Amino acid sequence: MRDSCVNPLSRPVKGAGGPTGSWRTSRPVLDGRKCNNCLLCWLYCPEGSISKEDRAIDYDFCKGCGVCAAECPQKAISMVKEEV
Amino acid sequence: MKRILDTGNAACALAVKAAKVDMVAAYPITPQTSVAEKLAAYIAEGEMDAKYLPVESEHSVMSAVSAAAAAGARTFTATSSQGLLYMHEILHYAAGGRLSLVMANVNRAICAPWCLYVDHQDAVSQRDTGWIQLFAATTQEIYDSVILAYKVTEEINIPVMVNYDGFLLSHSMMPFEIVDQEIIDGFLPPFSPAWRLHPQWGGTFGNVTPSDQYPPYRNSLAADIVKAGEIIEKNAREYQRLTGHWHGGLFDIYRPEGAEVFLLSMGSMAAEMELAVDILREEGVPAAGLRLRVFRPFPARELCRILPGGARLLVFDRNHAFGTGSGALLSEAKAALFDRKDVIKVTGQVMGLGGEDLPAAYLVQKAREMMGVLK
Repeated sequence: MRDSCVNPLSRPVKGAGGPTGSWRTSRPVLDGRKCNNCLLCWLYCPEGSISKEDRAIDYDFCKGCGVCAAECPQKAISMVKEEV
Repeated sequence: MKRILDTGNAACALAVKAAKVDMVAAYPITPQTSVAEKLAAYIAEGEMDAKYLPVESEHSVMSAVSAAAAAGARTFTATSSQGLLYMHEILHYAAGGRLSLVMANVNRAICAPWCLYVDHQDAVSQRDTGWIQLFAATTQEIYDSVILAYKVTEEINIPVMVNYDGFLLSHSMMPFEIVDQEIIDGFLPPFSPAWRLHPQWGGTFGNVTPSDQYPPYRNSLAADIVKAGEIIEKNAREYQRLTGHWHGGLFDIYRPEGAEVFLLSMGSMAAEMELAVDILREEGVPAAGLRLRVFRPFPARELCRILPGGARLLVFDRNHAFGTGSGALLSEAKAALFDRKDVIKVTGQVMGLGGEDLPAAYLVQKAREMMGVLK
């Protein structure tokens, strides 16, 4: 029985839920001139879509929640409406 | 083996102790309460090496035992009536998660209006949650069914609910035999699940699935629970070999020889039905008692096999399947017999709700009424 039992088990992998970037209605855009590299955006991003190395945003998975823009103390991230 | 006199709830608690359960969570509700009390005492007094988690509701109870089972613990809980209804959401979660769980449900009527006494509406309302459901009719059968339930759930990865009637069984004293611990240890080895939640394993279960991934999980549960009947019967035979205790397979059949009229029911009323069968036999009616021990999966094939051509089936339901005009057993029995080529006449009645007394003479009267309908 155990061999045939289909257990709903999963391990964390990148993008297990598919390219969730398509859910976005507005995208965060970083202004590198204002950024002081404090990394709060990287820390707060619930999707892990901001790179610690260069703050590059992975738009394949960023859902556009805007938490990074709200938390940025330098106001370096602005939310820009997605055009279809 | 030791023979003692005690209640159904005491038998249940003793079986849980003998099964060497690792973790118990429970929330008190009449008539289940003394199971939870006894287990709390066993654990507090060091008679049982387990964790007891007091929680604030039945929803939390089922969440807690599910999580503990996913972490690899052998768990137990017990509830009744509204408590079982409050667990409903997590009952689905536990079955879908393919967790090995055992729960005792001490059958009690549900609100409204409020009532503390037995009927089977609580369990029948959980029919489609994916749980296996056993129904016991004696104190001995409660004890043996709890042990059997662990064996079954750990083999098939589907949770098992052991049902027994509130007060009539939970609080009535009957003599029963306690099985030697070595025999139980031989029958029920320590729980070793194929997977368990652990930080080093790094996975999770029950995660989000897209539409193309979701159906196989649900369909495999549906396919596997049908196979549970064979596994229950196989393990009941093994338990019989070790202990001599036998309560029947999927059905417990009383006086089948030459029978043409079959009285189908479950729980303690099915034990009373044996007296009703005796009375009918004395009157010359070729009656037999069919006590259903496994409500889920419903043993449709066995029912077809048991009933001879031209048989009459009288169904005694202690529940309503609202909207069908009768109880769940009647719907199930009719569905099971639909594909029979020969004619089997079937009818049923709902009775015994909220602990309404069902003495044998009353059951005989009801059987006569039903036979009149089938003429």
